[in-house]
Amino acid sequence: MDDQVQAKKKRKNNLLYSQKAAPYFFVLPFILSFVLFFAYPVVTTFIMSFQEVLPGKTSFIGLANYQELWNPTFLKAIRNSSVYTFFTLLILIPLPLVLAVFLNSKLMFAKNVFRSATFVPALTSVVVAGIIFRLIFGGQEEALLNSMLAPFGIEPRAWLNNASTSMFVLVVLATWKWMGINILYFLAGLQNIPKELYESAEVDGASTWRKFFHITMPLLKPISIYVFTISIYGGFSMFAESYMLYGSNRSPNNIGLTIVGYLYQKGIEQNNLGFGSAVGITLLVITLIITLIQLKFFGMFKKEEQ
Amino acid sequence: MEPKPKRKKWKLSSILLLLLFIIISIFALFPLVAITLGSLKPSTEILRYGLNLKLQPDLLSFKNYSFIFTGDTDYFTWYKNSIIITVCSTLLCLLLTSMVGYGLAVYQFKLKNLIFGLVLIVMMIPVEIIMLPLYKLTMSLGLMDTLIGAFLPFVVAPIPIFFFRQYASGLPRDLLDAARVDGCTEVGIYFRVMMPLMAPAFSSMAILQALGSWNNFLWPLIVLRSSENLTLPIGLSTLLTPYGNNYDVLIAGSVMAIFPVLILYIFFQRYFIEGMTAGGVKG
Repeated sequence: MDDQVQAKKKRKNNLLYSQKAAPYFFVLPFILSFVLFFAYPVVTTFIMSFQEVLPGKTSFIGLANYQELWNPTFLKAIRNSSVYTFFTLLILIPLPLVLAVFLNSKLMFAKNVFRSATFVPALTSVVVAGIIFRLIFGGQEEALLNSMLAPFGIEPRAWLNNASTSMFVLVVLATWKWMGINILYFLAGLQNIPKELYESAEVDGASTWRKFFHITMPLLKPISIYVFTISIYGGFSMFAESYMLYGSNRSPNNIGLTIVGYLYQKGIEQNNLGFGSAVGITLLVITLIITLIQLKFFGMFKKEEQ
Repeated sequence: MEPKPKRKKWKLSSILLLLLFIIISIFALFPLVAITLGSLKPSTEILRYGLNLKLQPDLLSFKNYSFIFTGDTDYFTWYKNSIIITVCSTLLCLLLTSMVGYGLAVYQFKLKNLIFGLVLIVMMIPVEIIMLPLYKLTMSLGLMDTLIGAFLPFVVAPIPIFFFRQYASGLPRDLLDAARVDGCTEVGIYFRVMMPLMAPAFSSMAILQALGSWNNFLWPLIVLRSSENLTLPIGLSTLLTPYGNNYDVLIAGSVMAIFPVLILYIFFQRYFIEGMTAGGVKG
């Protein structure tokens, strides 16, 4: 008896049995990774953005990096990223939403087949997608798109050499790659809407349109906000798509240059870590502003922390 | 008389919907069909005419594939590197993030809310922003041009933590108490009792992490330098030159990069869909 109590006591004192110590053991991997691979880099990049970082010699140069940011190339990169984000939002939210509603409707056959088929592009890497689209949109007369347009009397063109057509190719690529996954998000949202709502609306004689605008749309708001958020983040940090379409970070007249492309060009290719950091901080500020606007309009965090 | 016109309408809109989705599925699948067809043509043909759907039986052959297997290329080294990185980063990620998620879900402790808040912050800041300082850090850790350096900084990823936390908060608490009475250590409880119960969450997150790792581009592009250390996407991207002298390996190699993923997708579709939409669960 005495032994047992003693053993229990011993156990209580042992670190392995402590319910106070255990949670810290479990979250330790995150704390280590957060400090080393997140907090430290964030602080370093902030400091570096005020420095000229040369091998073995680093000096503070105040706001010079930020002043230098005000140049036509960077403005072009911001413009490209913004236009790309705008068009991906314009297409990749309404279209998948409507398609998900269709796919969810009672009128639809073989739902799973189509759901699976539209999802397949999401499995391919941006690299492979870029290779495929570069070749489909090739400038040759016989390349897929040119040869498909020829019967309509449209002259073959070099799609990637012109600012507006190359943006078009980027947006088509994004639509191809992300459509299926966004459909899935909206389908998940639709499946959470209680069927009774539609049934009682039908009893009241509501039309399909009324049901869509008064039940479906409002109840899809949370998932739409989520898709909106990830699309904005994805849009402003787009890089690989453009890199692959042009085969490198260089495009004619920088028509494919994005903010991250500029960061890569300055920071990695030209090894100017200070200036590159200033580009990164600008990207951070852009995303923070968007997050704050969202916070104000949609109250996203309240949802998240429930 | 009433139901008849209604049924007709039903049929027509069903057919229209069906047509619409057939068109969309073609849009989704035909680029992959085009590149598969292209991989069977001589690379000079692709360089000269781009990718198209022209079927010229006399041109089709498996020569590009046999060149990958027998020719002088680093393709399979890249393939091997990609497999190593995918397997290691996935295993490590699952082990560590599931622990964190479980710890955040099951225990009450002082820093709990703070730590969860930090997870959310990591989730909300685009990783591209910290590429340059991470690059500097990786250099000073001596991990440049190593496979470990190509995945280590992102192994404890926020989305799996979020997902595991959510899953673990639904686990039965009485099992936890029963295991404690039986004299199990806290860590033992996790590995022996709770972890097996989280198996479905593990399969979804395994797919999310493995696919992300297999297709990852920017970070490996920065870290990996010499050809024998490249991953498959980075290696393929080096073949994309204006001269097109490597198009045989490029095209057939791209097809072979998608192939294993497609096969897995056919068998584990449910987990792919769950894993890749995991972020939206909470909405």
